[in-house]
Amino acid sequence: MSSLVYYSSVSENTHRFVQKLGLAAQRIPLRPAEPFLHAMSPYVLLVPTYGGGNEGGAVPRQVVKFLNDEGNRGLLRGVIAAGNTNFGSAYCVAGDIIAAKCQVPYLFAFELMGTTEDVQRVRKGLELFWQRQSANRS
Amino acid sequence: MHAVKLIDRVQAINWNKLQDEKDLEVWDRLTGNFWLPEKVPLSNDIQSWATLSDVEKQMTTRVFTGLTLLDTIQGTVGAVSLIPDSLTQHEEAVYTNIAFMESVHARSYSSIFSTLISSREIDEAFRWSEENPALQRKAEIVLEFYRGEEPLKRKVASTMLESFLFYSGFYAPMYWSSRAKLTNTADLIRLIIRDEAVHGYYIGYKFQKGLELVGSQERQELKDYTFSLLFELYENEVEYTQDLYDPLGLTEDVKKFLRYNANKALMNLGYEALFPREETDVNPAILAALSPNADENHDFFSGSGSSYVIGKAVNTEDEDWDF
Repeated sequence: MSSLVYYSSVSENTHRFVQKLGLAAQRIPLRPAEPFLHAMSPYVLLVPTYGGGNEGGAVPRQVVKFLNDEGNRGLLRGVIAAGNTNFGSAYCVAGDIIAAKCQVPYLFAFELMGTTEDVQRVRKGLELFWQRQSANRS
Repeated sequence: MHAVKLIDRVQAINWNKLQDEKDLEVWDRLTGNFWLPEKVPLSNDIQSWATLSDVEKQMTTRVFTGLTLLDTIQGTVGAVSLIPDSLTQHEEAVYTNIAFMESVHARSYSSIFSTLISSREIDEAFRWSEENPALQRKAEIVLEFYRGEEPLKRKVASTMLESFLFYSGFYAPMYWSSRAKLTNTADLIRLIIRDEAVHGYYIGYKFQKGLELVGSQERQELKDYTFSLLFELYENEVEYTQDLYDPLGLTEDVKKFLRYNANKALMNLGYEALFPREETDVNPAILAALSPNADENHDFFSGSGSSYVIGKAVNTEDEDWDF
């Protein structure tokens, strides 16, 4: 039912969050040399924001490549972003950028590898989100 | 005096051959974020400064001397002490950048002082910082590990400094900013806060890389050590916070901010957050001063779900996008 695609750099922060969620998830490959990921069903995308003063490079390059694929883009239903409030107005801006470019809802933002409360909210939120999605379709 | 260990021979650094891609990523991020205090029009805060009461001025001045002390430590001892422990040459180079930026931060506080504060007040505040037991203790705890012989503990102490110990001080300019005071000073501090985020993230990441190389027993010991150090530092921070903020009745508000940042320091080291949500519910005005984006707009899950937030138009000039 639910499908999750995520990116995590070698720091593994986002990967840890996904592990805590305990939901089936596919990881966008770290390096361009690895096999390209093609989404097969509707999914929510979970990405970290690369922190900086300017917004350039806020969305990890591998995520941009993944979304440049029309098939992948067409199945995207929502986005969740991680970040750090220390980056001020650029906090979790990867979520804003992807939501605006792909016209999907920005579902949730959390910091670094997420707290226990963040994990619970996302787990429950995703469940309801997918229920609503399938209700809308039928 | 502790001497930095110098290596016997040097190999020329090749940035085209990376052992850890994080080194280049962070190097690019840090150099891209480079700034100098001269670019912030601090003198626009002179009028605002004049509206503060004497107690408020004293608190603010003392906060900045405390921050100066920490940045001095991190610039001239802390980041430098990490260099000999590096796993890659590129890691060494990143630490030299961090050390330099910490010196820029320390330099920035003097710019604030010279713009806003009389030399008599500055002298008084520096004397206070040299005599305040909690501030001196904070410095001493961290310096002990910088001088020690345990590379991973050094990284823990350094991450604590970058991601936790600065924030009793950072609270004050965010507080003023939330009241539309000293807003240029706050802009400068936000640049420092941004830098510290990258520093804490990177040193914490290198700590985790180091953990991969030790046995499970040592790993457990380091975890226990990290949490006991955090408690020790936290207790000391509470004392320091009382010294600074009790006269203004802000101590409890600052403590939430401390615990919130202590959790982030732990996460940077790869550990779970310690303080529960009800103890880290930072005053929304302070959080908004830190990050205007950190509001509830991005919690679709907690709402009724009847309306979506489709991201606002954001500048996305990255050439990588194809659509």
